[in-house]
Formats: sequence, C-alpha cells, structure tokens
Amino acid sequence: MGLMDKHAVIEKNATLLLVGSLLVVTIGGIVEIAPLFYLDNTIEKVEGMRPYSPLELAGRNIYVREGCYLCHSQMIRPFRDEVERYGHYSLAAESMYDHPFQWGSKRTGPDLARVGDRYSNGWHVQHLVYPRSVVPESIMPSYAFLKEMPIEVKDFSTHLIANSRVGVPYSDDMIASANADLMAQADPNIDTSGLEARYPKAKLGDFDGNPQQVSEMDALVAYLQMLGTLVDFKNYDEAAGYR
Amino acid sequence: MKFGTEIVLLSLFAFAALVAAGFGVDEPFRQHMWVLFFAVAGFTAILLRNTEFKPAVPIDPAAFMDGPIRYGAVATVFWGVVGMLVGVVIALQLAYPDLSVEPWFNFGRLRPLHTSGVVFAFGGNALLCTSLYVVQRTCRARLFGGNLAWFVFWGYQLFIVMAATGYLLGITESREYAEPEWYVDLWLTMVWVAYLVLFLGTILKRREPHIYVANWFYLSFIVTIAMLHVINNLSMPVSFVGSKSYSAFSGVQDALTQWWYGHNAVGFFLTAGFLGMMYYFVPKQANRPVYSYRLSIIHFWALIFLYIWAGPHHLHYTALPDWAQTLGMAFSIMLWMPSWGGMINGLMTLSGAWDKLRTDPIIRMMVMAIAFYGMSTFEGPMMSIKAVNSLSHYTDWTIGHVHSGALGWVGMISFGAIYFMVPKLWNRERLYSLRLVNWHFWLATLGIVVYAAVMWVSGVMQGLMWREYDEQGFLVFSFAETVAAMHLYYIMRAIGGAMYLSGALIMAWNVTMTILGYQREEKPMPRPIAAVRPARSGARKWA
Repeated sequence: MGLMDKHAVIEKNATLLLVGSLLVVTIGGIVEIAPLFYLDNTIEKVEGMRPYSPLELAGRNIYVREGCYLCHSQMIRPFRDEVERYGHYSLAAESMYDHPFQWGSKRTGPDLARVGDRYSNGWHVQHLVYPRSVVPESIMPSYAFLKEMPIEVKDFSTHLIANSRVGVPYSDDMIASANADLMAQADPNIDTSGLEARYPKAKLGDFDGNPQQVSEMDALVAYLQMLGTLVDFKNYDEAAGYR
Repeated sequence: MKFGTEIVLLSLFAFAALVAAGFGVDEPFRQHMWVLFFAVAGFTAILLRNTEFKPAVPIDPAAFMDGPIRYGAVATVFWGVVGMLVGVVIALQLAYPDLSVEPWFNFGRLRPLHTSGVVFAFGGNALLCTSLYVVQRTCRARLFGGNLAWFVFWGYQLFIVMAATGYLLGITESREYAEPEWYVDLWLTMVWVAYLVLFLGTILKRREPHIYVANWFYLSFIVTIAMLHVINNLSMPVSFVGSKSYSAFSGVQDALTQWWYGHNAVGFFLTAGFLGMMYYFVPKQANRPVYSYRLSIIHFWALIFLYIWAGPHHLHYTALPDWAQTLGMAFSIMLWMPSWGGMINGLMTLSGAWDKLRTDPIIRMMVMAIAFYGMSTFEGPMMSIKAVNSLSHYTDWTIGHVHSGALGWVGMISFGAIYFMVPKLWNRERLYSLRLVNWHFWLATLGIVVYAAVMWVSGVMQGLMWREYDEQGFLVFSFAETVAAMHLYYIMRAIGGAMYLSGALIMAWNVTMTILGYQREEKPMPRPIAAVRPARSGARKWA
C-alpha cells in the first residue's frame, strides 16, 4: 500500500508529526465554534435582557464559588416535562451576559434557570441555612455561613469594568455607581430610583432578614430571585427564534 | 554550588508570593498566596539543606534519567489514593448530606477536588512519568534539557497543590475540569510548554530512525492539551492581585468552548495519552509485538481528527444551535470506529500469549483496561445520539459512563504500567507480591461493576421519573421524590467506590514494599502448563 509506506516520512520527522497532528486537531474547533461568533441567528432577538446589577453579580460569583452548577443546571430543554416543571425552555439570549455560562451538566437538584419569583426571600434563606427544614428529601449542603459573611465591596466597580472588557454593555454611569448600587439594592430604606432605571426589574429589599448588613446571603438570594425573569415571553416570536 | 540558581529563583518566587499575600484585593486570594508562599519556601528550605559545594558529579549522557520518573510513579500512587478517597467522601455526602462541612468541605467545593485529583493529579502524573519512561527507551536517548524534567515534575505538583487548595477556598472559574483561576492557569501553561519542549527535545535526540507509535499519541496529547487549555481559559482578571476573573466568552459560545475543551480533556488527556501507555506497556508485558502497524496509523489519525468535533454532544437540546448539535452527534458516532481500532490493536497484541491471562495478573489488569476502553467507547457514541441523550443527560448515567472509562480504562492501564515500571525503576528483581496485584485486580474490577451497574440503573430511573406522566396528563413525581428514590443507589455507589479505593490502597502497600526492597513469601501464581497432557488411559468417558 503506497500511502502507508509514505507514512514513514512522518514517523521519521518529529516536527512534521507535531505540526501535522496540531493541524488535524484544530479543524473541528474552527468549524464548530468560530461560526457561533458571527452567525446572526445564534442568539435570538429578545426584549428585556440587561447586564446583572452589582448585587446580582456578586450573588452570581457566590453561586460560582460554591459550585452550585455542579448539581443545578440553568438550561431548560424544549421537552414537555421540562417546560411544565420549570417553565419556558431556555434561550441562548438569556445567557448572553453570562461570563462564564452556568448551564451545568447534572441535575442532582432541580434546574434553576427560572427559579426567580417562585419562592419568597424567606423560603430561600431558610432553605440555604438548612435545606431539609423546608424540603425533607433534599441532599443539599447547608450554606448558613453566607448569612454571617458581609459582602466585600471594597471596589466593586472593578468587577463591572472586567465584564465590560469582555463585552458586557455596562455604561460609565453603571460603573461609577457600582458600589452605591450594590448596597442600595439590599437596603429597604433608601431611594433606589437610579438603580431601578439602570437595572429594570431588579429585585429590591432586605433579602436575608438582617437589615444591619449586606451579607453574601443577600447577594445570592438577589441573584436567585432574578433568574429567568428578565425576558418577557409574551413578546417573544418563537418562529423567528428557531434555529 | 549545587542548586545555586534554583535556590535564588525560588527565594524570589516565595518573596513574590508573600508580596501578593500582602497586597491581594480579596480574602481567598490572600489565603491562596499564603499557601503558595509556604509551599515554595518549604521547598527552598529543602534545597538549602541538600546543597553541596563539591563539584558536581559528571552525568553519563548515555544513561537514562529516571529520577523524575521514580518521583512521578510515587506521586501517581499517592494522588490516586487521595483523589479516590475524596471521591468516596463525596459519594457518601450525596447519601448522607450532613457529612458536608461548610464552607470548605461542602459537596460543591469537594467535587472539583475529586475530579481534578483523579484526572490531573493521578492521571496527569501517570502520563508524565510513563511518557518520560517510554520516550527515553523507545528513542534510546536521555531526557532533553538537563534539569528541565525536574522543573516539569515539581512545577506540575505545585499546580496540583494550588488547584486543590484553591477549590477548598472557593477559587474557581466553574469550567468543569478546568476550574483553576487565571494565575494557576498561567503557571500550568508554563509547565506544559516546558513538558512539550522536554518531550519533543528527547524525540529529536533519538538514536532510532522511527518515532515509536506510543510517542505519536503522547506528543499529540501534549500539544492538543496545550491548545485546549490556553483557549478555554481565556479570561479577564478583575485585578492582578485578585483571584476572580471573568471568562472571555459568554453564554452559548462559552458553553461550546468549554465542552470542546471538556470532551477533549477526555479525548486527549484520558484517551490519547493512555493509548500511548497501552502501546508501550502491553507489548512489553505480553512480550509480543503490536498487532497491526497499519491499524495503528489509521486509528491514530482518525482518532485525533474526529475527537475534537465531539464536544457539542454535551449540549444536546440546549440553546446551542441545532446544526452544531447534529454535527457533534455525527462525529461522536463516527468516533466509535477509531476507538475500537485502538481496542482491537491492544487486545490482539495478546495473540499467542492469551495463556498469560491465567498466570500474570498485570496482563489481566491491562486486558481489563482495554475491555473497559472498548465498552465505554461504545457507550459514549450511543449516549451522544440525541434521542438517547434526552433521557441520559443531567442524570447519573453520565457519571456511570465516565467512571467506567476512568476507573476501568484509565485506572487499570495506569496500575498495570506502575506495576511494570516500579521494579525496573528501583532495580528490584520483582514486585513485593503478585498475589496482592491479583487482589487489587479483583477489588477494582468488582468495584467498577458495582459502581457502573448502580449508576446505570439509577440514571435511567431518574430520567424516566422526571418524564413520567399519569393517564390524566400530569407529571407523576415532584423533583424531591426523585431525589429520595436515589438514596439506596447512592449508598451502593459509595460501596463500589470504596472497593476500588481499597484496591488502590493495596497497590500503595505493594509498591511501597517493592521500593523498600522486600519480597513477600507467598505461593507462586499458577505456572504456565508446559504441554497439553494426553488423556489418561481409562479416563472417565462421557457417555
């Protein structure tokens, strides 16, 4: 077999072997991933998506830090049972500002893509402090320590700047008021009109039941309560979004 | 002066860690830098105690450099036991959730410790030490670059320590199997490039005209992991003295980049690299040549070309566009063929030596590894079919599949390679005990069977319960009920894992005693039968 004999050339030349295998392994990635960045229909056109408010972003970072994604997906598949259990199937647009994505790969616990507004703040806090007190079958660990941890706000605008550098449309106004917005969202006794104008539909108030400090619990619950609530599906065109 | 430059560089490194610990902008980063400081300062102290001012003993340039490989073999066994132990712990946490201890030992922080521990610490060290062992012997050349091999070894251990302690402190990018944050990623990139230079440099020095097939696999694994690691970990740090970074991509693009990486961590780290191991150690232990040279060429190129396309099958029915899902599925199914090409080439290498299965527990281990490789590379393409995946995705079936590959293939072939190398590396006549290898073999095999079978049943059950409707069209089970139904399976899974872990502990004992130079007095394993005996006259006849 002629071709097989020619393979000896590669077997005798390490550089050729290196370059050859590198070329062969790049093709798949280029064909599959690169088009996602320029094909217009990759991300559906929706109304209502906005960047995370500072408190939500801080909560999301706690969600990432604690490895919640290892047991909870945030990706509802278009099946009858999933849509009935969790709500409208997830759109690509709903995670367009997610650096990193949190779709998850395992459902040891239920999907959380639309957990926002489903339970009260008090339920979430109780559930995070001792999960089995509200769901006896739950095998989730306790996260009581979040209530004691004050949120680190030294300079939260740096987090918004880092996000804007990778493409999240945070305005200068948002960045300038990041620290104030972070505190204001969890403070029931403060004027939040600026915050609400910057981050429509943001959930406001004291989330963890302790108005004395803004804790990591406040941030995490603020994040959970907004999950899946931004897009208004009454105005969503299913046919146009189909890919 | 021995270690002169190293001591100076390490002291500077330790000082930099101390400065970062002082100026860090977030608490986890400061804690992490203290860990780094103590690790590097401790290592510097060890070097200082071992420094000498005598002129260095000249090195024989023709002799193999086996020091880093000996350390690598010990590290493989050590991290293997640690990683598997954490696995049993988190398995028990799922059965008995009160075993989670917040905040550092909650399931969410321990799970990456388990996956990285077994994949990168155990598997990585196994790949590192076997690749350096194989490349020297098949190229008849000493490792390239003097102390570069030591840098690669210790640099990799530092990566493991920083990754592991980072997870416990809550420092993570949340990218599965690529969780370490940006500064640990940068360090790994440096170590990995040094590894590539070391490996390629040794091949270039070879005194054999041909590059042996095992080295093709090792080389493609090293270079592809470099590409995957760099692109998947592109991110924007919040501060250069802070632990947090935001990934360069978002949402759907981020998801596919991650699973392009994630699936090829399986394809190249856990498959191509370990196939390199198979191509050297199986023929050596069986004392037979590789079955087919042509098959190895075809399945090598087909495997590395096809594997890279398979990532989207982790994202079936998600918001990833359909065209990408279908493309990923098609290539995943095609991947079955080169995978089985490798299995056939490995198994058929035993042609004419099948009797060794009866007498040699190390060969038995390797054959079991190849059998599990074949099984899980059939199961994988099957699960990548969208209809099957709609049931299996998000369930424990996936976990069962991963473990039949990881425990069966990766674990068993590494154990076989360790048992082969250790007596040779320490100049021992034989292992401490072959009978203990046999015990390890059976504990591991039964452990996998228990684990995988339980996870299949529980995974399929979970998937079916989620989609179960009654005749009036209502969902039958709440999510909490499906969790409760898993309890017994979680216990059985932990038992399977504990069996596998106990096998690894036996290996640790066996390897330690071999290194220390002991030989266990024991009844020998069955000897080969010299010749087929003729039937005795008057032997019982079957009527």
